[in-house]
Amino acid sequence: MSQEILRVNNVSRIYETSGGSFGRKNKVSALDGVSFNLVHGETLGIVGESGCGKSTLGRIISRLDTPTSGEIIYKGNDIAKKSLSAMRPLRKEIQFIFQDPYASLNPRRQIGAIIEEPMRIHGMGKDERRARAHELLEKVGLDKNSYEKYPHEFSGGQRQRVVIARALTLKPELIIADEPVSALDVSIQAQVLNLFKELQDEMKLTYIFVAHDLGVVRHISDRIAVMYLGKIVELGSVEEIYNNPQHPYTKALLSANPRIDQSAKSTRQILTGDIPSPLNRPSGCSFHTRCPIAVPECSTREPELRRIGAVDVACNLVV
Amino acid sequence: MAEKLLEVKNLCVSFKTRKGVVRAVNNLSFSINHGEVLGIVGESGSGKSVSMSAVMGLIKDENAEITGEVFFNGEDLLKKSDEELRAIRGKDIAMVFQDPMTALTPVYTIGWHIREQLQLHSDISDKDAKARAIELLEEVGIPDPEKRVDQYPHEFSGGMRQRAIIAMALSLNPKLLIADEPTTALDVTIQAQILDLLERLRKTYNSSIIIITHDMGVVSELSSEVLVMYAGRMVERSTKSSLFANPQHPYTKGLMNSVPRVDRARTSRLETISGQPASLLNLPSGCAFRNRCPSAHAACTEQPTFISDSNGYGAACFLLTEGVRS
Repeated sequence: MSQEILRVNNVSRIYETSGGSFGRKNKVSALDGVSFNLVHGETLGIVGESGCGKSTLGRIISRLDTPTSGEIIYKGNDIAKKSLSAMRPLRKEIQFIFQDPYASLNPRRQIGAIIEEPMRIHGMGKDERRARAHELLEKVGLDKNSYEKYPHEFSGGQRQRVVIARALTLKPELIIADEPVSALDVSIQAQVLNLFKELQDEMKLTYIFVAHDLGVVRHISDRIAVMYLGKIVELGSVEEIYNNPQHPYTKALLSANPRIDQSAKSTRQILTGDIPSPLNRPSGCSFHTRCPIAVPECSTREPELRRIGAVDVACNLVV
Repeated sequence: MAEKLLEVKNLCVSFKTRKGVVRAVNNLSFSINHGEVLGIVGESGSGKSVSMSAVMGLIKDENAEITGEVFFNGEDLLKKSDEELRAIRGKDIAMVFQDPMTALTPVYTIGWHIREQLQLHSDISDKDAKARAIELLEEVGIPDPEKRVDQYPHEFSGGMRQRAIIAMALSLNPKLLIADEPTTALDVTIQAQILDLLERLRKTYNSSIIIITHDMGVVSELSSEVLVMYAGRMVERSTKSSLFANPQHPYTKGLMNSVPRVDRARTSRLETISGQPASLLNLPSGCAFRNRCPSAHAACTEQPTFISDSNGYGAACFLLTEGVRS
């Protein structure tokens, strides 16, 4: 068995808002008891709809945010409560890629300077930086003379390549990508997804890939975690999740996905109602308000994530 | 053959900019019959939204030049005055935009929005208009419409706002509904609800729908006819089934292969279209797709004509005129 790089144990994040009246604070539970592990070289896809906590999870693992409770064991050390300065050496190894390549690049700096910035912070010499920047530009499929250009001279797909090059400068091991292709056109999205895969093979990278597009996640991932309102509701291999989903939410999500091939349309199942607000989470199983198979018990008993067959499922009714 | 509801002929839209003339839409011609759903697909800058804004007379920019003809019920919309257009927009042709957050005025209630629409086009009392608003909200599946009608947009979720906008658009039984990326801002399960709603409404009212989208899946769910655009031109027009089974234009083929599909076996690599989408300021001569096209050859430096059959189905590519070469 491959070596474990990350273990997330019972991680929760509660945000306090100032929304309540008379100075009372509302509590939003963005993540609630999330646990999973990640082995070296694999890709874990995290899917879910707005407000399910998928982005919060990504930010917490990369310690852009601090969990309220729980452990994040990265290579044997708990990084959940590490201070900013204690995290700094680890930032080399854990990199983050954001959704919007337009907002992630400083418009007033040249691409070369943008790519070299992390290396400068980590104290690499000028010549070494320059050489590495050129090497990376080539690796992500950009022209050598991009070095002197500015972000506005690039299209969205090219900018995302710059962002990827910057993330690779310090030879990271774990890359957390939050919706890295959702701002791109379909034909460019395919190019960037291929690039992610090539780099993974070449540099033995481990990915956490957060996305809402079920086709994209299936393409890139080895395992998938499906989230709903701050919890993982199902976790398993791509094949199991897509071919044999167990949780009613996973089933509904997959059947809601618009299909190009309409021959299978009869199986379409449409959930009623909206996604509840994390501010006002339903009691018991948080999916019970929309679940097609819910029974009264579901509104009181909160299901645990447990192993059923080949996957982990959090549902009272799946046996 | 059914009567044509909308017929667009040689529509061109260009904008003068400091960097030169941008030809956003070039010689677009198509038509749509009663009760039909036409999907317009393309990537950013392909001209899909601009062409529909032109049809609706929504382009007010003084640097814009619009030529061609747009026949709606036999009358050329491009020749109409603002006032005449206003009588048509909202009543006969309604539009649903992508972002339900910005399409509603935050300081007025949902009911006010629908009432405004009704009272602009018909003589209807406040009381009746409100009753009709409640009816419409109920029809688009908003729970508790008597209470919801007096709520403000911020009290609605994204999916509910889009429903409210659809309710507004439907308030006067339009003959044509233009939906510009109506589900792009929504989550998958909510998207499924909205697509289902549009389909149901089409059946009830026999309205025609033009749906603009970049998502092949959405097109496939809803439309019967598809028009593919690239760099301001129509590159292919077909029925949905033949387009997906047998795409003709190399761009359409490339586009379909680059979508990671849930309903197909997983591959390690996606097929891609090389290069970047064409910049409208700097289009290659001849076929705009030629520098990304795997089958480009010498003839492609000329602009290919759109070869179509009697139904208007066809593609703009030299491969079709020269017989099968690839």
